[in-house]
Amino acid sequence: MDPQTIIAKRIAQELADGMLVNLGIGIPTLVANHVPPGMRIFFQSENGLIGTGPIPQEGLAQARLTDAGGKPVSAIPGASTFDSAMSFGLIRGGHVDMTVLGGLQVDAHGRLANWMIPGKMVPGMGGAMDLVTGARRVVVAMQHSAKGKPKIVRSCTLPLTSARAVDLVVTELAVIAFANGRATLVETAPGVEVEQVLAQTEAELAVPTHVRQMRL
Amino acid sequence: MAVPHDRYRTREFARYGNWWRVAGMLTTTLESAVAQISDGAILMIGGFMGVGTPERIVDELIRQRKRDLTVIANDTALPGVGIGKLVTAKAVRKVVASHVGLNPETQQKMLAGEMDVELVPQGTLIERIRAAGHGLGGVLTPTGVGTVVEEGKRKLEVAGREYLLETALFADFALVQAFLADYLGNLTYALTARNFNPVIAMAARTVIVDAEHVVPVGMISPDHVQTPAPLVDYLITRT
Repeated sequence: MDPQTIIAKRIAQELADGMLVNLGIGIPTLVANHVPPGMRIFFQSENGLIGTGPIPQEGLAQARLTDAGGKPVSAIPGASTFDSAMSFGLIRGGHVDMTVLGGLQVDAHGRLANWMIPGKMVPGMGGAMDLVTGARRVVVAMQHSAKGKPKIVRSCTLPLTSARAVDLVVTELAVIAFANGRATLVETAPGVEVEQVLAQTEAELAVPTHVRQMRL
Repeated sequence: MAVPHDRYRTREFARYGNWWRVAGMLTTTLESAVAQISDGAILMIGGFMGVGTPERIVDELIRQRKRDLTVIANDTALPGVGIGKLVTAKAVRKVVASHVGLNPETQQKMLAGEMDVELVPQGTLIERIRAAGHGLGGVLTPTGVGTVVEEGKRKLEVAGREYLLETALFADFALVQAFLADYLGNLTYALTARNFNPVIAMAARTVIVDAEHVVPVGMISPDHVQTPAPLVDYLITRT
């Protein structure tokens, strides 16, 4: 299984029936492909849609029905549309049950940096700061390291997205939780040893006596 | 009851026709609507990655060679799309947006110092615009606390939580893309093309609207009007 699929499948296990969920771009988008059968999830697109469906087949795209990247989406029966003030009221107001976002760095306390690399990449924060600040649960989907450098670090060298700690980080190697403000190794991916995770993590990880294995 | 086709030539027409003049909205050509916008004007432009952006107005701004505009919008779309066209045409001096990452030209011009870009969290941006339109001096938001966004801003503690004071954001003109407009200026929007449009329609001194379809008064149910007519100053005629 490729790293992205491991991450997306594991995060899909965090979903519960009836949740309102916002998925960021990149790996987070893939979570929608692994919703357990029979479960009804409302996916929000922050440009003003609840009830996003699959990418429309060729010829069926609607120019005025798009995702937050401006690409065509479909809307499931029961979908709703609204303006940006309502959309971010939903986000900041704690009405979004869970958000899944990509990450550049997460520090030992669970603070996320995911919106800029000074001098190199300054895309803007878009909705990320509001999502991390306001969603009930924040899950980060990212590869464990980038070009051999750990992404779970003692303290972020990149600008923070929010002062609020995320709840969970899921990588292709491990699941790390931040209950009580401390990075704790909760699960490892199949075939991955605890030592391997520790070696690729810069932040100090609390390791319980029994670390579960991800069930994929 | 069926509405007779000659309804607009009867007493009702006189009555509503009069009110429409009182409301102050004028239908106008694209050219004359855009001619009112001077160089250096502050514009709010609807749209999210170009979806819901009044493309005809953008094209006319470029044709009339406007310069030094300040554009307040969610993003700068892509080169060749919506606000991206204004960036390419060097019509923009400053952008206030939440995301410019999908337009490499904006990023280049920003890093080269040719264009000012003020990045604002999306929820804060729309709320600052909403505050202006709703008569508020600003809003208190937890978004940005403990990040670079809080620099230079007042922090207030309310009920044990920290908030940033984010001030209201006004514009000279709001350039709005609607789906349906009637001849009074009542508007509806379509799907995700709504985004910033109804919010900016309240925050600018002059509101210029382009609509995909212009329909007779009464065709849009009162329950479905998303921007009420008195907010609209100019509706561009479709030829």
